Amino acid sequence: MTTIPTLASRAPGVAFIIKKALISAFVALVLFSLMIGVRTEAGPTGQLIYWTRFGDLAAMVAIVFGGSIVVELLRQWWGPAGTVRVVPPQIQSALATAGRLVAPLLLIFALLVPVIFYNQRYILDLGILVLTYVMLGWGLNVVVGLAGLLDLGYVAFYAVGAYSYALLATNFDLSFWVCLPLAGVLAAFWGVLLGFPVLRLRGDYLAIVTLAFGEIIRLVIINWQSLTGGPNGISGIPRPTMFGIPLTPGPGGLAAKLGIEFSPTHRIVFLFYLILALALLTNWVTIRLRRLPIGRAWEALREDEVACRALGINITTTKLTAFATGAMFGGFAGAFFATRQGFISPESFTFQESALVLAIVVLGGMGSQLGVALAALTMIGGFELFRGLDQYRMLVFGVAMVLLMIWRPRGLIGHRAPTVFLRHAQTISSDLVKEGHG
Amino acid sequence: MSGDSILSVDHLTMRFGGIVAVNDLSFSATRRQITALIGPNGAGKTTVFNCITGFYKPTSGSLRLTHDSGAEFRLERLNDFRISKQARVARTFQNIRLFPGMTALENLMVAQHNALMLASGLTFLGLIGAPSWRAAEKRAIDLAKFWLDRIGLLDRADDAAGNLPYGDQRRLEIARAMCTEPALLCLDEPAAGLNARESAGLSELLLAIRDGQGASILLIEHDMSVVMEISDRVVVMDYGVRIAEGTPKEVRDDPKVIAAYLGVEDEEVAAVEQELGL
Repeated sequence: MTTIPTLASRAPGVAFIIKKALISAFVALVLFSLMIGVRTEAGPTGQLIYWTRFGDLAAMVAIVFGGSIVVELLRQWWGPAGTVRVVPPQIQSALATAGRLVAPLLLIFALLVPVIFYNQRYILDLGILVLTYVMLGWGLNVVVGLAGLLDLGYVAFYAVGAYSYALLATNFDLSFWVCLPLAGVLAAFWGVLLGFPVLRLRGDYLAIVTLAFGEIIRLVIINWQSLTGGPNGISGIPRPTMFGIPLTPGPGGLAAKLGIEFSPTHRIVFLFYLILALALLTNWVTIRLRRLPIGRAWEALREDEVACRALGINITTTKLTAFATGAMFGGFAGAFFATRQGFISPESFTFQESALVLAIVVLGGMGSQLGVALAALTMIGGFELFRGLDQYRMLVFGVAMVLLMIWRPRGLIGHRAPTVFLRHAQTISSDLVKEGHG
Repeated sequence: MSGDSILSVDHLTMRFGGIVAVNDLSFSATRRQITALIGPNGAGKTTVFNCITGFYKPTSGSLRLTHDSGAEFRLERLNDFRISKQARVARTFQNIRLFPGMTALENLMVAQHNALMLASGLTFLGLIGAPSWRAAEKRAIDLAKFWLDRIGLLDRADDAAGNLPYGDQRRLEIARAMCTEPALLCLDEPAAGLNARESAGLSELLLAIRDGQGASILLIEHDMSVVMEISDRVVVMDYGVRIAEGTPKEVRDDPKVIAAYLGVEDEEVAAVEQELGL
């Protein structure tokens, strides 16, 4: 099938397009005639006053008419749904090469960000934020993308990690590098704790229980005043040290030891590389796990739980390890968040965070590491990009997400790469890969 | 009857509420032989399978599996995945249950999960890429390659299982079950939906598995050409009870079997029912 309509097929098309546009315009006229065409208000003595805005109404109807024609033309040019589009082989191979280069180029760019933008604190902070979400996305990807367990309470583990570090560091004076693994272990423990009651639940029911779990953790943090400080949060959380050397202006600081002039940017750059290293660790471990029996069992669980049981795979431990692994990375990210902010409160761990991380995983393409990284960059970076649009920011952002999901229903990178191959690794079309309902 | 029995089913009963799907059924499957379980639709064959493989807990009765080593397992007491892991009973499904989004090779690797889990030191050795793990992984791939070769799918090892033709998917599911290195292989209608040529190929494969791997096979099948050709023994079920047992030839000539499959004259029904105790 070609994408260019022939003259014969275009001729009735014109009448069709005009007709469709006229219908749209008429519907718009009916809808907007009262909403925009007539403006009513209560007068000073309570009587009804109104005035007409036919100019605005005409403009709206014209926009709908024109827009309808444009949309229809685009649709005809694009061809009907399911059209096989023939891309020339040269372009195809060029695209494939470009696709392979995206990940290394992104990594090099990430490594160079502090060098290029050394004097732009805003960009460095944004980079740290994006990388935090990349790490959270990669962590949740283990649970949602690989094991197919829909988790709406991921922020709970982020909170557990953050509070673990904050409490251990402020109460016991433990250093960041001791607390980091502890925060991960504690979060993993809570992951297992969440895992047990939800073992038998699937799909929507699992989602609801995990959602409730996230809220429980938040409410406990708010109400357990004596331990967590309640809504006031915990302040004065120690800043991370470079393996014992503080990044402070004093004589013992890193700047003094290196004999360079102190700058507060040093700490930001250090934090940037710290979260980059943590995120890359998450990525490396996930990639390794996928090629190990446990990772394959996660994916098999997403594909077919009954078949897994028939093959002697212990569903319980497989699900629990998925929850624990995902939670552990969430805990690491939480500890980093606490040390970066220096102050944490329950406000940072609302359901919105869970939803955002889940959106990143779904938008990126479930199971795809590169997709999640790109989605985090788009979501967090893009959100900042639209800052100039003020109150329309959310609207533009929402429309962009809807369009993206129409255009790529299985996420930015929707195909699955096999974990082992004999001759050559073929990517597997997303139509075959199950989303999981466990 | 030659050889000892690998599986003996004694007085197996399975009730679902008021419905008795399997009623006091006893039979045994002989070691290194192919035992077929046949019967009209709704006779309770798949229920028996689900009891053996742990998907159902039998209402009463016992299921004893004896390994070559003499180790005995009471299947009705084992939990789902342990039947496959410890008693080493593998099964296939009436409606194919492969992992469609994973490649044929990956499907066979997942089947070796328990062996590979140990070899990877419960993931930790594997994570650091220990040489012992690498060797174990290579052996696992070799075993998968062996089975892919046996079912003639070596060329399509890297294709998604969901993309394979129906007949290939059936054979891949058998290969996946064999990759768990089972003591007893339970096949639920492996020839369903296959054409005559594919059925013949399947018969050959099953005979080769019996003779080459020395596997014991328990088979549910409707395709009588397959059943009569490859079975060493046939157990016939109807309405949850065993109505006949013997060699394919004996069963074929049994009037009760003919009655169950083809129906009988009205006046004979009463006589047969009385005989069956229905």
